Amino acid sequence: MTSGRRRKGDWRYGLAAQRGPLVAAAIFAAMFGVYGAAQPNGLSVDVINTAANKGALLALVGMAQTLPVLTGGLDLSVGMIFMLANCLASTIVTGSAAASAFGIVGVLGAGLLCGLVNGLVVVYGRLQPLIATLATSAIYFGIALALRPQPGGDINGDFADLMTRSTYGVPSSVLLIVATIVVVWIPFRNATLGRAVYAVGSSEQAAYMSGVPIARAKIAAYTLAGFLAALGGLLLTCITFSGEARAALGGDYTLNSIAALVIGGTSLFGGAGGVVGSVFGAFVMRTVGDLLIVFNINPVLQPLFVGLVLLFAISLGSLRLLRVRNKLDLYR
Amino acid sequence: MVRSLPKIDVATLIAFGCIVLLLLLGAAAKPGLLSVDYLVQQLQVASFLGVIATGEMIVILMGQIDLSIPWTISMGGMMATGAVGIFGPTLGVPLAIPFGIFCGLMVGLINGLGVAYLRAPSMIFTLGMNAVAQGLMVYHTGGFAPQDRATELMVAIASGQLIRGLPNPLLVWIALGAAAVYMLTQMRLGREVYAIGNRERAVFLSGVDSRRVTLIAFALCGACAAAAGILLAGWANRSYQAMGDPYLLPAIAAIVLGGTNVLGGRGTYLGTVAGVILITLLQSILSVLQPQDYFAEMGIKLPADVFRQVVFGLVIIVMMMLYGREKAVR
Repeated sequence: MTSGRRRKGDWRYGLAAQRGPLVAAAIFAAMFGVYGAAQPNGLSVDVINTAANKGALLALVGMAQTLPVLTGGLDLSVGMIFMLANCLASTIVTGSAAASAFGIVGVLGAGLLCGLVNGLVVVYGRLQPLIATLATSAIYFGIALALRPQPGGDINGDFADLMTRSTYGVPSSVLLIVATIVVVWIPFRNATLGRAVYAVGSSEQAAYMSGVPIARAKIAAYTLAGFLAALGGLLLTCITFSGEARAALGGDYTLNSIAALVIGGTSLFGGAGGVVGSVFGAFVMRTVGDLLIVFNINPVLQPLFVGLVLLFAISLGSLRLLRVRNKLDLYR
Repeated sequence: MVRSLPKIDVATLIAFGCIVLLLLLGAAAKPGLLSVDYLVQQLQVASFLGVIATGEMIVILMGQIDLSIPWTISMGGMMATGAVGIFGPTLGVPLAIPFGIFCGLMVGLINGLGVAYLRAPSMIFTLGMNAVAQGLMVYHTGGFAPQDRATELMVAIASGQLIRGLPNPLLVWIALGAAAVYMLTQMRLGREVYAIGNRERAVFLSGVDSRRVTLIAFALCGACAAAAGILLAGWANRSYQAMGDPYLLPAIAAIVLGGTNVLGGRGTYLGTVAGVILITLLQSILSVLQPQDYFAEMGIKLPADVFRQVVFGLVIIVMMMLYGREKAVR
């Protein structure tokens, strides 16, 4: 893709490579279109802003989850880092502008640190990512609980307003996502480390033989995941104006983040996909809930529909079975 | 002669060693803790987790994972207590337990169909099923108040003592465990489960219908989770939503602490037993020691759950460092 010469048919290759995000974006556009059409007042700025804020939370956590999954791993602690950042932000992002700025740096730094710990345990502890992050998620939850035994806290009002309002019809949370993709994700993907992340996910053995910096790539992926999850936690605090340590909240976000990245076309086996798809996947997951409200379907049915959408999306992936000629290809 | 002795692997030994260590720690901190009553009570609490871990272990041995157990547990409990409302009082009472297990079996069967025949990644497919099961249960309770009282038989199974001194749930776990050990070590199905965990392709080429084995394993896992839900409902005398939520991660943790490879293919049931008892004791000893009191003396007020979570995480990391490390890539 980086070569200067473009040949005929290149666009077709590019399209195939981006099929996951494109399909997710199309599903989202269709769902959101229906949602907008069914709104009594049409798609007003407020409606879009609310939907964007809700979706952006899961989008950030989904982006966070994508990076470890690309390396062929998994991070079960993203939801808990998200919650820990929420509890921390509700404690230190307060007071004067300068104090709040330091608080923001502190929250994001804490996220980086949590991610770094995950990376170190996975790489140098050589534990299964599933087990390692399961263990660290319990620790992060414990810390979050120590910070906020009861829900509460506050956040700098100006900052919260800046993050959650929309300017000229463009919600800040959408700008945040776009900025994260442009400033963090694209440079990372194009750097050696980003390439290494994909290489490790495709085949760790081959990556090792080719001299790819495996350890650094994995640590970078987990660390960046911690950062993105903390960014999500910060945004959550801006929306709710409080912090809360609830196990179900973190667990929910962790599990939904996996669903979001799968809808966005990232392979759970690693090596293929990207965070852009996960963003759309997250928005698809959130729009399901909105659609139910619009169509007057009992909101208690939301988990049922989210689950059915998820199962449907996975089953679509099984269409590839029809193309399998050699039955042996079905098995690992 | 020596050969016929059962081989106990390092992981199981370390796990049992840690159990003894924990008990000594508890006894040192609180003399008189180590009574027979206390130990039996711990085993009774452990048996709920043990029943869940039995099913999950079979799935993990195959290199898959079942994340749908939280709501399968709830479904088992809620459907068993709701059977009276569904079938009427005459049929509902005797059918309560079979119906609960049947519902769990169905969830497991769908999981198995998705993973084995649609070749969906088990992690995400079972996650979807968890949400669907949750949706169905929320729908079941929404609108009208369903029957949530446990039947007398369920209460008796969960809290009675058929043999004096041995609580019934423990008997259930022992029976289930014996069946699992027999299945895993003596039956063809068990051999196939281990083999699939090592390399499914080779199993397929050996003429085994590996998809059928996967289907059966997931069905068993669903049934076990539902059975645990029924036990829990009987124990609490009622069923409620999200009653299975606190059991998913401890179950996985117990299985891997017992030395089962989370990628499948290796692991013993004895190890899982050790892991389950270890996790249960860890939680219990922490609530006996009350570390938050020491911090409260220093002026730092912390909820008890903080220590439970942090210690839980640290113990998993430390123990897995001892015997659960992967080979370095070469």
